[in-house]
Amino acid sequence: MTFVNWLKRHFVVIAGLVTLGYLLLPNIVVTVFSFNDPKGRFNYEWQEFSTAAWTDPCGVADLCGSLSLSLQIAFWSTLGATLLGTMIAFALVRYRFRARGAVNSLIFLPMAMPEVVMAASLLTLFLNMGVQLGFWTILIAHVMFCLSFVVTAVKARVMSMDPRLEQAAQDLYAGPVQTFLRVTLPIAAPGIAAGALLAFALSFDDFIITNFNAGSTVTFPMFVWGSAQRGTPVQINVIGTAMFLIAVLFVVASMVIGNRRRRQKA
Amino acid sequence: MATLTEAPPAAPETPAKAPRRRGRRTPYWLLLPGILWLLVFFALPMVYQASTSVQTGSLEEGYEVTWHFATYWNALSEYWPQFLRSVLYAGSATILCLLLGYPLAYLIAFRAGRWRNLIMILVIAPFFTSFLIRTLAWKTILADSGPVVGALDALHVLDVTSWLGVTAGDRVLATPLAVVCGLTYNFLPFMILPLYTSLERIDGRLHEAAGDLYARPSTTFRKVTFPLSMPGVVSGTLLTFIPASGDYVNADLLGSTDTRMIGNVIQSQFLRILDYPTAAALSFILMFAILIMVTLYIRKSGTEDLV
Repeated sequence: MTFVNWLKRHFVVIAGLVTLGYLLLPNIVVTVFSFNDPKGRFNYEWQEFSTAAWTDPCGVADLCGSLSLSLQIAFWSTLGATLLGTMIAFALVRYRFRARGAVNSLIFLPMAMPEVVMAASLLTLFLNMGVQLGFWTILIAHVMFCLSFVVTAVKARVMSMDPRLEQAAQDLYAGPVQTFLRVTLPIAAPGIAAGALLAFALSFDDFIITNFNAGSTVTFPMFVWGSAQRGTPVQINVIGTAMFLIAVLFVVASMVIGNRRRRQKA
Repeated sequence: MATLTEAPPAAPETPAKAPRRRGRRTPYWLLLPGILWLLVFFALPMVYQASTSVQTGSLEEGYEVTWHFATYWNALSEYWPQFLRSVLYAGSATILCLLLGYPLAYLIAFRAGRWRNLIMILVIAPFFTSFLIRTLAWKTILADSGPVVGALDALHVLDVTSWLGVTAGDRVLATPLAVVCGLTYNFLPFMILPLYTSLERIDGRLHEAAGDLYARPSTTFRKVTFPLSMPGVVSGTLLTFIPASGDYVNADLLGSTDTRMIGNVIQSQFLRILDYPTAAALSFILMFAILIMVTLYIRKSGTEDLV
């Protein structure tokens, strides 16, 4: 009876931790299998411990090429989407103008559309225009679907900003440019950074839209997809593990910096 | 173009002279590049796809718009099982996401204390490992001779699920259960984050007040917490259901030909069979079906201001 009571009292904690385990289980498997020495083409069964893949991550043909291509695309599409998205977010929050509702729905729609629909329609456009599929079509597509997410992230931050801070700056004889660079931008920065990070992750990881619009260009997710049919090299697990660790380090570092700043201000 | 050259965005006027006029034009200049991008690469493609769906012809001879609406009818009558399956799989995955995600979101919002940041990191960080790699990992986890299948078999769970038709014999891979498991896993963070955001906004004093009024914890949850978290539930279910219904990665990697969803059909029509009119029609049917379902759902759940 006491055990049942204990279970009842801690139900939320237990259920939550079970879900967390479900979320992390594949990451654990990916990490463990990055030290595997598979017999045969597929890395699905545990054979023997080996660090071969970690010492030679680029040992598979085309893998690191696709990785660097994905990083380049993610970099440029993050830059494009963040710039365009931040401008839209400021316009939407700071100004009252006609067609505001229409703009809002145009921003919302790409997020509420199954990826396969967007991917297919963009491909029909490119086919009709006779555009050569490759780096540029991927970049165009990525900026397109990342844009809405950046707008949403920046909007949330700018909306919670006190407009009186900018008025105060102007009362103190700051020009519009100075006000923007010294007051507006620093306050909006966390929102812009969150939007950019989201765009980078979305672009780097996108498979469905890229698969339709890449032609014969191979990004990292497309390499992984192909390897699921041909045979998965262990190096894929190495890169997956490394990405997870880098992400954790990144988030922890940003939190530490954030905490320190808050303490300095207090 | 003439009007564009007349008024450059950073007109060298003194701001005091004409602040009003500048203010009136600024939002449009800010919007222009991004909105143009979305119009050309999001809205225009939809128009092209609409026109493709009513064309007839072949890849060799070229296509012509003939307003051949029968493509829609043919596509629907041939592929309705895949449509139904998509709704079923995405729906089950959404419900599972809600059941699994709610406790975790609740834990982070109210119980985690100083562990909150760590748990948040652990929810978000897997995002950065390519989702394809993580989905492939499920092949290892659910492998035929693996521990999960072994345990389920020993507990005779597989007998029940096979009887229900969601698994086949003593396998989990290549069955509906594996696909739903993958979908649930892949879209779980999209459920947890909105749930957490709306739970976190709830004033903790409301829980105390409910307790003071002799409500049991379960009653407090049913009458206070859950209703107040409705915006999170609604946006979480939408963020899970919509992408899941169009997904073809999970059905391809974890399923078999018997678990093909509508995304798989659209993908193969577009990229392998090259039957563009049918592919375009299927993609439009999917879009409209989702639009109708989402509208009905939002009406019913009564949070219209959300979207």
